[in-house]
Amino acid sequence: MTTLLGTPAVPPRGVGNLRGTESFPSAARHELANAQLRRNIGKATHTIRGKRLRVTEELPDWEELRLAGEAIKNDVLSRLPELLEQFEDAVTARGGVVHWAADATEANALVEKLVRDTGSDEVIKVKSMATQEMGLNEYLEARGITAHETDLAELIVQLGHDTPSHILVPAIHRNRSEIRDIFLREMDGVDPALDDNPAHLAEASRKYLRHKFMTVPVAVSGANFGIADTGTLSVVESEGNGRMCLTLPDTLITVMGIEKLLPTFRDLEVFFQLLPRSSTGERMNPYTSMWTGVTPGDGPQNFHLILLDNGRTATLADDIGREALRCIRCSACLNVCPVYERAGGHAYGSTYPGPIGAVLTPQLAGMDRPDDPNATLPFASSLCGACFDACPVRIDIPSLLVELRHQKVEHAKFGPEAAAMKAASIAMSSSKRWTVAQKGARLARLLADKRGQITWLPGSVGGWTDARDFPAPPTQTFRQWWNSEEGRSAVEQARTEGGRS
Amino acid sequence: MRIALFATCLGDTLFPNAAKSTALLLTRLGHEVVFPQSQTCCGQMHVNTGYQPDALPLVENYADTFGDSSIDAVVAPSGSCVGSVRHQHEIVASRYGSPALCGRVDTVKAKTYELSELLVDVLGVTDVGAWYPHRVTYHPTCHSLRMLRVGDKPLRLLRAVRGIDLVELPEADSCCGFGGTFAIKNAETSTAMLADKIHNVTSTGAEYCTAGDSSCLMHIGGGMSRLEVGVRTVHLAEILASVQEKVPA
Repeated sequence: MTTLLGTPAVPPRGVGNLRGTESFPSAARHELANAQLRRNIGKATHTIRGKRLRVTEELPDWEELRLAGEAIKNDVLSRLPELLEQFEDAVTARGGVVHWAADATEANALVEKLVRDTGSDEVIKVKSMATQEMGLNEYLEARGITAHETDLAELIVQLGHDTPSHILVPAIHRNRSEIRDIFLREMDGVDPALDDNPAHLAEASRKYLRHKFMTVPVAVSGANFGIADTGTLSVVESEGNGRMCLTLPDTLITVMGIEKLLPTFRDLEVFFQLLPRSSTGERMNPYTSMWTGVTPGDGPQNFHLILLDNGRTATLADDIGREALRCIRCSACLNVCPVYERAGGHAYGSTYPGPIGAVLTPQLAGMDRPDDPNATLPFASSLCGACFDACPVRIDIPSLLVELRHQKVEHAKFGPEAAAMKAASIAMSSSKRWTVAQKGARLARLLADKRGQITWLPGSVGGWTDARDFPAPPTQTFRQWWNSEEGRSAVEQARTEGGRS
Repeated sequence: MRIALFATCLGDTLFPNAAKSTALLLTRLGHEVVFPQSQTCCGQMHVNTGYQPDALPLVENYADTFGDSSIDAVVAPSGSCVGSVRHQHEIVASRYGSPALCGRVDTVKAKTYELSELLVDVLGVTDVGAWYPHRVTYHPTCHSLRMLRVGDKPLRLLRAVRGIDLVELPEADSCCGFGGTFAIKNAETSTAMLADKIHNVTSTGAEYCTAGDSSCLMHIGGGMSRLEVGVRTVHLAEILASVQEKVPA
């Protein structure tokens, strides 16, 4: 392999909103203490979970669709450079301008320059994970450009000076009375008599947004899919705000993660079934927009596409971890995750929360800094496996979590946990040593109360007994019983009973 | 059939009744049960906490202990440990072990079964002749449900038990929050999951909560003991091994 001068030997890690300020356990502690938040998230995730199950179980070929989705995305990942070049050529041939961004910093600067070229100091935005990941809104705001989110939930988050807590329903942690309060406080021209009726809240936002759609000349969007052979881009959405942004302004700037490609137009057949059913639990989403380059006299006359890496190539380099790049951001894994349901999205400290966030964030942005909060994410799971069953592209998230735990430990300094694991390994690698260790474990009986329960354990395992008793070891292990006269006669008796019946 | 019992490290040390019941039940069904003395642990704790090299000696020990061709099947009263044998041993062996170990791991995993799998799929029984006159609710553990796909096999076994009043657990397939070292590293989140599980268990009015994994039962039971909700835990094997003459306390 030749190394070209100026070519980084290791693909760059992602930057932006991909790292929190504290570890998952300590961030989760704040969220768990918020009873309102837990109620909101519990109710919302259970509702979506039920809807998703209804519309996936009704399809006789759902499992085949999942397999097809997995296969198409694996194909994309196995020949990504070639497909990206094909895609660039196709977009350019249809009048679009393609830009490449190695990371969020480059992508933000590109968007700023493209907006400045239009002379506007405002943009309207279609809900987009890529621009969330880049921290685009904050970047533009600091430079005097106002970005208006036009998706209702993103608008609630933006007006509330808040951060999203869910991929699909970013304001899932807010209920309607909280939303009314935010609108009354922050929305220009809102009716002061606004109540918390959902229809009235939607109407207030509609009036507010309609003015933006009609006056702002630049839109920024993400993309759900980019089609390599035609150069087509697609956004699926529910509210029609996306369609407004994608058709009304003069200039459209789309930021797309490089893994969002599909090889051919026909592949959309699979993903237009997988995505809405997994995401909102709908058979079909209300608005599907597709556009290819520039069409004279119809829609935006200036189209810029920014292809964003931001850690994706680094993720692709890991032959086990790369399957996380199949993700189509449906958020089905969040809605079935018992950890997400309790801890909420903010505890993950990243644009990508939940099970997929726990495997994607540490891979995109790395987890190697000292006391890196990202290094706690792979451990934020009981490995219950509900996420894998829900994933429309069959990302084996539990296995990826286990792999990332392995990678984290490989890079960690030797500490008390490693010493305990080493000791357990040595004790358990021979039954002689193991039976000695079992005798030692029986000393724990000294800690037990008269019910035979241990109610306090020391140090790093003390978290168990904060809310749970631990059983005192019995006087006899199984193997002692098996090798005893009592054990032998019990087995003999069972044999006799079996012979009788 | 000559069946080797893998008691698991947790079962051997803390929950011997599950292993005793498994041995007695299979013996009563006419099989020869052996307990290879060199067995220790499947290594799941090491793998799931990120210590794969430390799991290697345990994976080797498991293959050495149960690889013997005179053993027709290996049974463990644990979906989680069988899940580790079936899905994780090959990862550790291929990364850190020899090609020969990979071969032995493949052989031994193919004959390792969780108790309900062995009974229903291999031995073809659902009515094991048990008698258990109690109100019981069944928690399907995550690894038996989603790693092994045991489906309704444990429930089919339970439904055939005489005298049992089997009541459905609401939100049964939700995790109890155990997850091995997760219960310690993320104790608060784990406890929040457990609180909902206990709420669902007590809502059934059951006297006993049963499952196929002593580890999950240790977690659920530890929470119920602390909260003094008055529901006890019992391993699936203990119910299936229970006969009319000998009602367990």
